[in-house]
Amino acid sequence: MRRELLQVAGNEIVGPYVLLRLDRGGLEPGVPGQFFMLEAPGRLLPRAFSLCVAPPDELGFLFEPVGPGTRALATLEAGDAIHVTGPLGNGFDLDVERPLLVGGGIGIAPLPYLSERLGGPPALLGFRSAHHAEAASLVPNAEVVLEPTLVTDALPGEPGDVLACGPEPMLDALEALVPGAQLAREAPMACGYGACYGCVVQRNGGYVRLCLEGPVLTATDAHR
Amino acid sequence: MSIPILNASGCLDALAAPDVAHSLDVFVTKTITPLRREGNPPTRIAETDHGMLNSIGLQGPGIDAFAADHLPRLAEIVPQLWVSVGGFSAADFTLCCERLDGDERVAAIELNLSCPNVEEAPETAAQLVAAARSATGTPLYAKLSPAQWDIAEAARAVVDAGADGLSLVNTIRGLALDPVTLRPILARGVGGYSGPALRPIALACVHACASAVDVPIVGMGGVSTGRDALELVAVGASAVAVGTALFSDPGAPGRVRAELAAEAAARGFGTPRDLRGVAQAEKSL
Repeated sequence: MRRELLQVAGNEIVGPYVLLRLDRGGLEPGVPGQFFMLEAPGRLLPRAFSLCVAPPDELGFLFEPVGPGTRALATLEAGDAIHVTGPLGNGFDLDVERPLLVGGGIGIAPLPYLSERLGGPPALLGFRSAHHAEAASLVPNAEVVLEPTLVTDALPGEPGDVLACGPEPMLDALEALVPGAQLAREAPMACGYGACYGCVVQRNGGYVRLCLEGPVLTATDAHR
Repeated sequence: MSIPILNASGCLDALAAPDVAHSLDVFVTKTITPLRREGNPPTRIAETDHGMLNSIGLQGPGIDAFAADHLPRLAEIVPQLWVSVGGFSAADFTLCCERLDGDERVAAIELNLSCPNVEEAPETAAQLVAAARSATGTPLYAKLSPAQWDIAEAARAVVDAGADGLSLVNTIRGLALDPVTLRPILARGVGGYSGPALRPIALACVHACASAVDVPIVGMGGVSTGRDALELVAVGASAVAVGTALFSDPGAPGRVRAELAAEAAARGFGTPRDLRGVAQAEKSL
């Protein structure tokens, strides 16, 4: 587990979201779907984000400023520095034949880096408004649907190997429709490394820590 | 001999983060109960402005699986091992302590007498300590709740019942509401409050108990810097545990240890231990 003080390279607005770019320092980008714990200035606990983009020498994180932590992160400027730990957890299995990336809202965050690593496969993205859908520009080969249309409405009959991240109802629906889908899930997390037992999800009849077992879980073994 | 740095029980999984465990002088396990427990439903944690709430609910493998599977692996990786045990009756404490009695890998047993997130045992803390004492010769540390009017009285009672030391303090019960729905954030409603807000409360508890009983005290509650540790030692702690700070900084134990030594040296003390209890001395104005 590696933790470093990273310099802020820049903060960009993407629709309603913010893309925070940090100088990479000695941290590795890891596997798409893995996550990092970012210090939120002025807050007690760090915040968990999957890596969105991995330009040379940088790590980029996409988030929506909705709470005190994300709002504090959104105010960071070039030259500021925050502690970052990672990469943590288990990312997507990239050994797939016919990948289809599926994302909903801010859940598209890990898909740009995933798309890059998979060579730009097709993607299906759902947003609640055209303003939110501006973030689709980060994902190549993306088909976009807007509410009330759902990504599950637009899913092809033979979806192939689904790799998805998005709101819980979307992932639950995909889980029912696509056995074997790889689903990047989310849970409130204090530590990110198995210490706090805060981020548990139900799996095989018990609670497991999402930070250690996930955050990417496959639909067949999630057994919700 | 300096001031040992421990983790607060439930704030570190040594098997998941062996490097962090290795940076401690003593690793304390998450509380073990007689039977396997799934713990409380999520949402289990909530950050507040000056601390955090948790409602984990003693998730754990149960004492048999712990002894067979976890304990041997822990003993391999941690410098010194304390096992935290808990339960819902005096018999539960007896059972767990019997199971660990005589195991040389277990340097001490911490009795979690004060988990705010599960039903309480009907017996008093002193009765639970007596039940544990009857089952083992292993050193026993009683972990007390700060939510009592006269914690010094509780300290005297558990020491009279056979506790060899005190762990002060556990979290204190708190509640956080979702700002939009005005419903509790945690699934179980209330949780244990920890972090910086707990620190003055912990200081008061250690201060009160250190003058009431003559046993070692592990001070904890909101420690995130060497200065925080220093203050606990000044009121009488002989060891210091780091809890919530581990979540944001896995390197906290080593950092706190170094900062504590520097803080003590800056005040003219050879080692941090030399200033133990200075806050107890009569004020001369």
